[in-house]
Amino acid sequence: MTPGRVRPGHATPPGEPGLPRLLPPAADLAADDTGLPPGLDLAAHLRRRGLPRFRGSALIEQAAAAGLTGRGGAAFSVARKLTAVAAGGRGIVVVANAAEGEPASSKDAALLWYAPHLVLDGLQAAAEAVGARTAYLGLHARREPRGLDLAAHLTAALASRAAAGTDRVAVELVETPPRFLAGEESALVAFINGGPARPADKARRVFERGIGGRPTLVQNVETLAHLALIARYGGEWFRTVGTADEPGSMLCTIRDPDGRVRIVEAALGTPLHRLLPLGDDVQAVLAGGYHGGWLHVADARRLTLSNADLRPAGAIVGAGVLAALPAAHCGLAETARVARSLALESAGQCGPCFNGLPAIASALAAVAQPRPAGRELADLHRWAGLVTGRGACHHPDGTVRFVASALEVFAAETALHARGGCSAIRRDQFLPLPAAPVTESDWR
Amino acid sequence: MGITSSTALWYASRATGVVALVLLTVVVLLGILVTRRGRLPGLPRFATASLHRSMSLLAVAFIAVHVITAIADPYVTIGIAAAVIPFTSAYKPLWLGLGAISLDIMIALIVTSLARARIGRRAWRAVHWLAYACWPTALLHGIWSSTDLQAGWLLALTIGCCVAVAAALCWRIASALTAPGRADRAARALAAAADDPARQDSSRQLTGTGAR
Amino acid sequence: MPHEITRLRVDRIACTGHGVCAELLPELVTLDEWGYPLVAENGVIPARLARAARRAVTGCPALALSLASGPATLRGSSEGAQIPSRAGSTRLRT
Repeated sequence: MTPGRVRPGHATPPGEPGLPRLLPPAADLAADDTGLPPGLDLAAHLRRRGLPRFRGSALIEQAAAAGLTGRGGAAFSVARKLTAVAAGGRGIVVVANAAEGEPASSKDAALLWYAPHLVLDGLQAAAEAVGARTAYLGLHARREPRGLDLAAHLTAALASRAAAGTDRVAVELVETPPRFLAGEESALVAFINGGPARPADKARRVFERGIGGRPTLVQNVETLAHLALIARYGGEWFRTVGTADEPGSMLCTIRDPDGRVRIVEAALGTPLHRLLPLGDDVQAVLAGGYHGGWLHVADARRLTLSNADLRPAGAIVGAGVLAALPAAHCGLAETARVARSLALESAGQCGPCFNGLPAIASALAAVAQPRPAGRELADLHRWAGLVTGRGACHHPDGTVRFVASALEVFAAETALHARGGCSAIRRDQFLPLPAAPVTESDWR
Repeated sequence: MGITSSTALWYASRATGVVALVLLTVVVLLGILVTRRGRLPGLPRFATASLHRSMSLLAVAFIAVHVITAIADPYVTIGIAAAVIPFTSAYKPLWLGLGAISLDIMIALIVTSLARARIGRRAWRAVHWLAYACWPTALLHGIWSSTDLQAGWLLALTIGCCVAVAAALCWRIASALTAPGRADRAARALAAAADDPARQDSSRQLTGTGAR
Repeated sequence: MPHEITRLRVDRIACTGHGVCAELLPELVTLDEWGYPLVAENGVIPARLARAARRAVTGCPALALSLASGPATLRGSSEGAQIPSRAGSTRLRT
């Protein structure tokens, strides 16, 4: 997380009407005279947004018409999820997922800071649509004392809603360990159930048996925010930005070459060069976070923020992480550092993952050194095939995608390293990484 | 040697009891071997679990004869119900009661194992832990229900069974204590890969800020 | 016309690498270099192997195997991520 440096993107791409939708324009933030921290004023929120028009099954219809998909990375159809959970019967539970495990992503934190009531509106709307009586909001426990205290912020927001009587379902705040996988749907459910934040076998689907064995809806907080707006303005409105296949907007965490981090709300289908600077000082772009993929800057300059463009290029939209890697850094070294972190973030449950990812990370570390390579490249390709699809969750798959794209995009650098050279000038770390888990208590 | 009756039924019951105890000991040893992923020399991996299963069914067969002959024997009063309801026997209620407990556990183990796919892993495992209670109760039942095991070569056999199970248990517990927990596995694999002589100190150099 | 097929499914969390499945169903299951099962053909079990597959399921000491029925057009449960053809030499095996 980069709490101190989070700022809303008031620089929306020029020529994009109707944005931003989720985050308030910068001007409103400065003009807050109620003395409340940004976003907490419930009355102002209701004045600005109005009241929901579509509720219950009508809301599910609008979500279907909108084509809203999850904004947590998996991009699953929200209408389908709502329908599946609603069919579950009794004791349904809703979970707002703000356990932002992706280290390079802070868009959920920004959203919760600047527009908590939008998220909480969406949570109530989803609860009503599926007939839930219990709700949770999961976020990473705060580890940095100077960072944003989201828990206190949300507690205050919930208190003002309780006082105003806006919420039908009480929301319990849950703080998860700061693990990469803590935001994975079944891991978050497992944690709320009292166990460690580790993914579960997919045979036990969360929408059928989740918290307390009940049908559970888990949605990213940004998804819920979009749902809250759809509840007001309808599904057709949602589609007025974005593409036909990938409608709507999404929050992106953008890391500029100078290290600055911005949160920008962009329409899907926006050209990448309008979202982040892709000048000559940039060598590659990471799209989709640490389970995403690298792009040559030349490719990035002609691609858009869409899975239609990014997937064939070896990357994904994911949770909207875009990082422009300066030419001064070594792409292989960055990838190797991240791969090591991802290996240590393995839940340690599935053999191919807790054996394969460390093997991959170690081989990549060797390739990232300026020295002749041995079998590492052959080993990497073999392990990539061995590890994909053989874990209970997609951690091994995503890691392999990330590493495979690096070997592709930084192939020239790999060859240079094998001859004993390296084109990098800087050795410091560009991409952010969390402290590695050490003991079992780091998962609880 | 402490033989108190000469009826064939009584002999049959005691003999099958001894064989059952030995078989149960083998079942426990094989069960522990399965958890340690051990292989019997010269046999494929599946043989360990397969033998464990067959031996347990064989043990139950011997126990069935053991129980039936004991009930049928007119010399001691042991009702049918006493075979499964503990402490209801007229003859040595305490020690026979332990036998009944052991048999009850055995029935639970076998039934849950046959229905493993249907009851799910967690329920099966929970019941299977009772196996660690099954063997000692059977042993105590064996030692004190008659004086057979208290002297001579049968005593030596009993001590041998105890030593074998105790040793296997120590091995089981030691493995469980030293096995890496889920939180350690990836880190250990990473350390092992880093120690691979072909990789030298590459991964160590990339920790932290990677300053040269 | 989709017909029903049976697949062998591995619960990857329950699996601790005993390797019994590879012995009982060698036509479908091999072990990777760490001792964990590699299931070929997306786990589809041909009729001639049905009996062996059932034996493998009951024989797994960790109860990690199961048989799942489904239409033939269903993508395998272990499809994993879409590694695009550009990053191409990674062979996807489950």
